[in-house]
Amino acid sequence: MRPSVFIRLLVNGEEHALAVPAQRTLLEALRYDLGLTGSKQGCDKGDCGACTVLARERAGEGRGEAILSCITLAQDAQDLAITTIEGLAGPQGLDPVQRAFADCGALQCGFCQPGMMLSARALLDDNPKPTLPQIQEALSGNLCRCTGYTKIYEAVQVAAGLRAPAQRAPVQSERAAPSDSKAQTVKEIVP
Amino acid sequence: MSIGARFPKSDGVAKADGSGIYADDIALPRMLHAKILRSPHAHARIRGIDLGAAEALPGVVATLVGAELPLKYGVIPWTQDETALAVEKVRHVGDAVACIAAIDERTADEALRLVKVDYEVLPAVLTPEDALEHPEIKVNERAKVGNVTKHVHLQFGEVDEAVAGATAVVRETYRYAGSTHVPIEPHCAVARIDADGNLTVWSSTQIPHYVHRELSRVLGLSQSKVRVIQPLLGGAFGGKSDPFALEFCVAKLAMKTGRPVKILYTREEVFYAHRGRHPMKMDVTLALDADGRIAAVDNKILIDGGAYASFGLVTAYYAGQLLTGPYRFGTYRFDSYRMYTNKPPCGPKRGHGSVQPRFAFEVALDEAAEKLGLDPVEARRRNFIGEFVETVNGQKITSNGFLKCLELVEKASGWKERHGKLGPGRGLGVAGSMYISGTAYPVYPNEMPQSGVLVKLDRSGRVAIYSGASDIGQGVNTLLCQIAAEELHCDPYDVTVVSADTDLTPVDLGAYSSRVTYMVGIAAREACQKLAEKLRAAGGATFTEACQRAEAAEGAPLAATGGYRTEKLGGDYRGGTIGASPAYSFTAHVAEVSVDEETGIWNVERIWAAHDCGKALNPTLVEGQIEGSVYMGAAEAQMEEMVYDEKGLLFGPSLLDYRIPTSLDTPDLDSYIVESNDPGGPYGAKEAGEGPLHPAIPAIANAIHDACGIRIRELPFYPQRVLKLLRERDARREERAAS
Repeated sequence: MRPSVFIRLLVNGEEHALAVPAQRTLLEALRYDLGLTGSKQGCDKGDCGACTVLARERAGEGRGEAILSCITLAQDAQDLAITTIEGLAGPQGLDPVQRAFADCGALQCGFCQPGMMLSARALLDDNPKPTLPQIQEALSGNLCRCTGYTKIYEAVQVAAGLRAPAQRAPVQSERAAPSDSKAQTVKEIVP
Repeated sequence: MSIGARFPKSDGVAKADGSGIYADDIALPRMLHAKILRSPHAHARIRGIDLGAAEALPGVVATLVGAELPLKYGVIPWTQDETALAVEKVRHVGDAVACIAAIDERTADEALRLVKVDYEVLPAVLTPEDALEHPEIKVNERAKVGNVTKHVHLQFGEVDEAVAGATAVVRETYRYAGSTHVPIEPHCAVARIDADGNLTVWSSTQIPHYVHRELSRVLGLSQSKVRVIQPLLGGAFGGKSDPFALEFCVAKLAMKTGRPVKILYTREEVFYAHRGRHPMKMDVTLALDADGRIAAVDNKILIDGGAYASFGLVTAYYAGQLLTGPYRFGTYRFDSYRMYTNKPPCGPKRGHGSVQPRFAFEVALDEAAEKLGLDPVEARRRNFIGEFVETVNGQKITSNGFLKCLELVEKASGWKERHGKLGPGRGLGVAGSMYISGTAYPVYPNEMPQSGVLVKLDRSGRVAIYSGASDIGQGVNTLLCQIAAEELHCDPYDVTVVSADTDLTPVDLGAYSSRVTYMVGIAAREACQKLAEKLRAAGGATFTEACQRAEAAEGAPLAATGGYRTEKLGGDYRGGTIGASPAYSFTAHVAEVSVDEETGIWNVERIWAAHDCGKALNPTLVEGQIEGSVYMGAAEAQMEEMVYDEKGLLFGPSLLDYRIPTSLDTPDLDSYIVESNDPGGPYGAKEAGEGPLHPAIPAIANAIHDACGIRIRELPFYPQRVLKLLRERDARREERAAS
């Protein structure tokens, strides 16, 4: 058997004592050992940002900054206080970022979303009224493949109280006459 | 009114709070983890596989080789040419060779390193040109002739005569690079078998129905013994619409061990699983008459297919059949070859088969219009095919809001004031497109409905909808809640959707060819309307009371089904049904780019996209589809390419090397919804998920031309390619000045 190390992790305000293989990543510890499957694995190489969690020094305040749990060893996270997506909602219900993502359609498949929302939370904790370029910069480590990011920016701005959700109405098209187009005879078919 | 409302996604909260369960979030008692050994060679015969050392490693529980699953599979019944693990040959770097299940992932991974495979390396063909030239190097034995997966040659009208009589003729070659889907969730599957032999497979698939069929066939189990469940899916874009090696491997290993088995692909494996955009070389002839009307289009298309057919038979047709709107073609011919090569298989990526020829055609149209001195927007308006007409290849177009789309992006971009006047170094380009709302032709011929929905009412007032459709993020489950609320007048938040579970839900063929909203929408509306009639007859002060009175009157629980039945559509010729759809969507884009003429570095500043989706059942979701499509199209123009070395090794199969746009690389996107209210679609709806991708690429190419007078005909539009064209342009200018 592989040698294990004994570690303590402080996650979402709860202290956990674990025995894990030395090479266990923080993402693996969260997902496999603590059952916190809200943190996602998209690449396991620090490229996609789906595994983003928030971390601060244990003695510090607030939720801290966004880090990549797939390239952080679990044993190196012992001095940190970790917040995962499961710890973002409080007794009052969803965090405003979570509510805005749901309301604005900022999610489609939802897979990048926990990491994306945690990066957004870290931004707003640090800068409650960010400009659009600041939002784009802060989220540039989180890849989304569904949305084109547009509605994600909107959700962050809604969460920050900077705007209301988009409401552009669809445009009706009038009936158009058919052209003189018609099907042509098929002249040639080779299998 | 629930239809047309910006109703938040029904799974929005589960996705926001991290509680939603995706395939890799499933962990079962005694579950094993398996890994697949992959080929380092592009083409090789397997002389032998020695599993001895791997099997001896503590923690290894079972192994699997190709001979144990020899039956070939594939969605398209006529081109089944894949096995879960290589049986005699490997056909591309990354082809699956053997599989090992162990107590954990690391042990399985270590065991893979102990497997000894004796390969006899064979010559490989890596380009479609080589594949044509070397029929003696057989990539895939299924090819009847050489390495041809499929050859299609169709002609509509007298093309050569029309070209001869035309005023402006463009003859150019366009090249489209291969790209891949990159869902952020890697493929994952989990299998469990019970003591009675009932097999359950959870998979990150967008086609549970076909996975169900193929698992049953390959494993030799009755279909009634196999259950496929699609959990939440973390993106697909066509990349999860084939059955994959992992689904067969987890199932077979669960059968062999009696224990649950999981496989999660690494990101590298996702790149090798591929099924992405086919590279195409297109020799286009486009002829306009003196009035700027399209007299003829002729396209010779060479398609690089990779090692397996996937949906390649359809690709060879779609590459020609889907080009014939939103413009009227006088005559049309296409000749397409889809070739096998020793690379990971290409397949359906968002806008399957038609994104590449659309790029070539829309750039050629600009080039031809330029010869006539015709404004690019006017050239498109003049050729508009109209509504309720038949295309040159016999497809029936119903509603068509393309003119309104064109008008919106023309106005929003300030086209009239700005086109041709922003340079040097800045420009606008326009393009249009058409796409199917599902295909009239079910993949395997049958008379059964393509889609079914079951709706059940409880005396509590809770509505349950059972639907086989795959919500892959596009939001079909949310639409089902809205349709129920619309028809039954219940609270949309009081609807439970049970979806994509082959034991529990009526069939749906899958999330492909933009069929889901149209077909599932019709099925759901039919089921809900049957129940609404009973509720109306029963009466009651509240919805719950109506449910109770109706149940009392019925003397049985209240439930109803609805279905989408395939219409007979399409031209009366071989292949005429491929590309035939009950309705077509239309899109227009204007792109604005800036080009640095010193370096060739360019940037998409903004894209205005207007899309005719018939009726936006939920405008927020439709905008999301438009924006996501435009983003993905712009990415293919900017940066995405599957690059292989001379041995068929994929360059950088990671998200660091294969770059997809971050928030900093994505242009500003401005989406407009156009409603043409289709008479056939549910509440007038047509597709929105794939059509809006198409025009992004040619609109950008045409904008680069407006910015600096160069025609870029090869993707991606790398700065070095742009710079080369700029230097050629300068040389031409100097030559002209000298003479």
